[in-house]
Amino acid sequence: MRETPLSNCERQFLVQAIAEKKRLDGRQTFDYRNVKITFGTDYGCCIVDLGKTRVLAQISCELVAPKMNRPTEGILFFNLELSQMASPAFEPGRQSELVVKLNRLLERCLRNSKCIDTESLCVVSGEKVWQIRVDLHLLNHDGNIMDAASIAAITALCHFRRPDVSIQGEDVTVYTPEEQDPIPLSIHHMPICVSFSFFQQGTYLLVDPSEREERVMDGLLVIAMNKHREICTIQSSGGIMLLKDQVLRCSKIASVKVTEISELIQKALENDKKVRKEGGKFGFAESMPNQRITAYKMEVAPVDTGDIGKKTEDLIYNSEPPSEFIPSPVVCAPGTGQIGEGLQNSWGLEENEDGEEAEAEDQAMEEELQTMDVKVKSVKKEDPITLSDSEEEDVVILEPKTMKKKVNVQASSTAASKKKKKKPVH
Amino acid sequence: MAGLELLSDQGYRVDGRKPTELRKIQARMGVFAQADGSAYIEHGNTKALAVVYGPHEIRGSRSKCLHDRAVLNCQYSMATFSTAERKRRPHGDRKSSEMTLHLKQTFEAAILTQLYPRSQIDIYVQILQADGGNYSACVNAATLAVVDAGIPLRDYVCACSAGFVEDTPLVDLSHVEESSGGTQLSLALLPKAEHLALVEMDARLHQDHLEGLMDAATRACKDLHAVLDRVVREHLQEVSTQLGE
Repeated sequence: MRETPLSNCERQFLVQAIAEKKRLDGRQTFDYRNVKITFGTDYGCCIVDLGKTRVLAQISCELVAPKMNRPTEGILFFNLELSQMASPAFEPGRQSELVVKLNRLLERCLRNSKCIDTESLCVVSGEKVWQIRVDLHLLNHDGNIMDAASIAAITALCHFRRPDVSIQGEDVTVYTPEEQDPIPLSIHHMPICVSFSFFQQGTYLLVDPSEREERVMDGLLVIAMNKHREICTIQSSGGIMLLKDQVLRCSKIASVKVTEISELIQKALENDKKVRKEGGKFGFAESMPNQRITAYKMEVAPVDTGDIGKKTEDLIYNSEPPSEFIPSPVVCAPGTGQIGEGLQNSWGLEENEDGEEAEAEDQAMEEELQTMDVKVKSVKKEDPITLSDSEEEDVVILEPKTMKKKVNVQASSTAASKKKKKKPVH
Repeated sequence: MAGLELLSDQGYRVDGRKPTELRKIQARMGVFAQADGSAYIEHGNTKALAVVYGPHEIRGSRSKCLHDRAVLNCQYSMATFSTAERKRRPHGDRKSSEMTLHLKQTFEAAILTQLYPRSQIDIYVQILQADGGNYSACVNAATLAVVDAGIPLRDYVCACSAGFVEDTPLVDLSHVEESSGGTQLSLALLPKAEHLALVEMDARLHQDHLEGLMDAATRACKDLHAVLDRVVREHLQEVSTQLGE
């Protein structure tokens, strides 16, 4: 199905917020969302959460014949799929521009930068090499698919173990994981993509755009770097025009972000290794938190009641005395007396009229001191009150002056106000 | 290819050029009578042909119609005989689709599409011989074709590729230099304001060298701009003398 179009007011709101350096989720301009990495039970399977964007990566390998012009190198194959569960806009079958763009960027980032030693994947030169297949599936689309996908791909590649192979003369034996421990791939470096989105013809820049921000952006710049400050890929997209300084500045920001993310990946890999070695439980099922309240215990919050006497005395001494308020009894009908204001009716039917008239009355009180025209408002009071649900019947134009905050009723003018407030409603 | 030096000790490249030297450029505009605009360009051995149709009414689905701008429809294809080994799929594979997207992006930034709402401009580029710098040749050919078609542009779009070997930036890479696996930067520039319509880089480059590489590519693009400008003026001269003005 088609994507719901973004309304003009939403678009303007987003652009205005970005111009004031505010983001919808409260991040700063150069902040990333929370990155969470979890591994599955098999080697080479991981899920990366970047905020709410979720990508699943799975590595598999098989022995194939090598390419004609490169007989001693293994083959790397990447495939990123935007599954329909990620967003209703993704349709099956038809290969959209976005898929092509993401796939090509991923290929260039990971294959052209030679992050994996393909020579080590060769088994028999010219006949048998390992083909490593990286499959990525987007499970939820909340912006910035590229970064999440690159983190997932490189983490899964680091996590993967391929079967051990031994060659004796002409015979090639592939050991199963039970016979011999599988060996990890040899990875030279970890390239990670960082996305920058531009707004207002390049005036404003955001790192890690969310889905809403992506919809209003003018263009995108993706820089892939590794932690040794080597740039692996730069790609600008969207019809924006950049300046050289912008690109250089972005590369500096990217180097900082990449270092942080690389550390996170390393930590995640080590944790997983530790858990597997110790024989603990691992896998996706374990990584989902058990959100059950098994017992409810509220901790006693420590409260300092040491010198409470002195504190209260200080408070009373320093604060202003409250204004004296002596309610006088109001006689609204013969035989009845009332002290206090009573409650506003909460039926909600005539809320508008009540509210307006109450405000009008406050206004009227103020205006006793200033000479202003009160006639319009007093007429309203005497209008018959119609009980109807339709709020369109009475169209009231609120003048700016009527929107002033309700003035604190001063005790001196209470007597008159009490009489006015109590009107026969029902 | 082991033993092939991309940069010799005297500072000469494989084809005898200096690092900042461009290949010989020959270009011609108005090669097809049928199309609204056409151009042919040769960068050394890389030969590219570009044809522009438009602006005309949107063909095909009405849903692609934009109410305030023209839609750009690009297609990049390589002739099957253009590479050393015969190419099986001239267009539709991933690399060609990516090139198409890049072309579209570049020209969307450069063409004043606001002047033609609800219409379509087609740009078709064909590579007849690929010897490195495919994208740059396409962009330069397409610029000339768009000028030939009379479609208003913000500025010439000049594109050039650059590489980095032994701390020296090499400009306008040939196929041999590209396939050696070193750094490759492609830049599409609007020369007067130095706006980058497209920046694309592959393979590892240390961050500190980025500025030097971009500067070298920018200078090359500006040299290219001078060449393209001369071609356009000569063509205009020719056409106006033929028309007898």
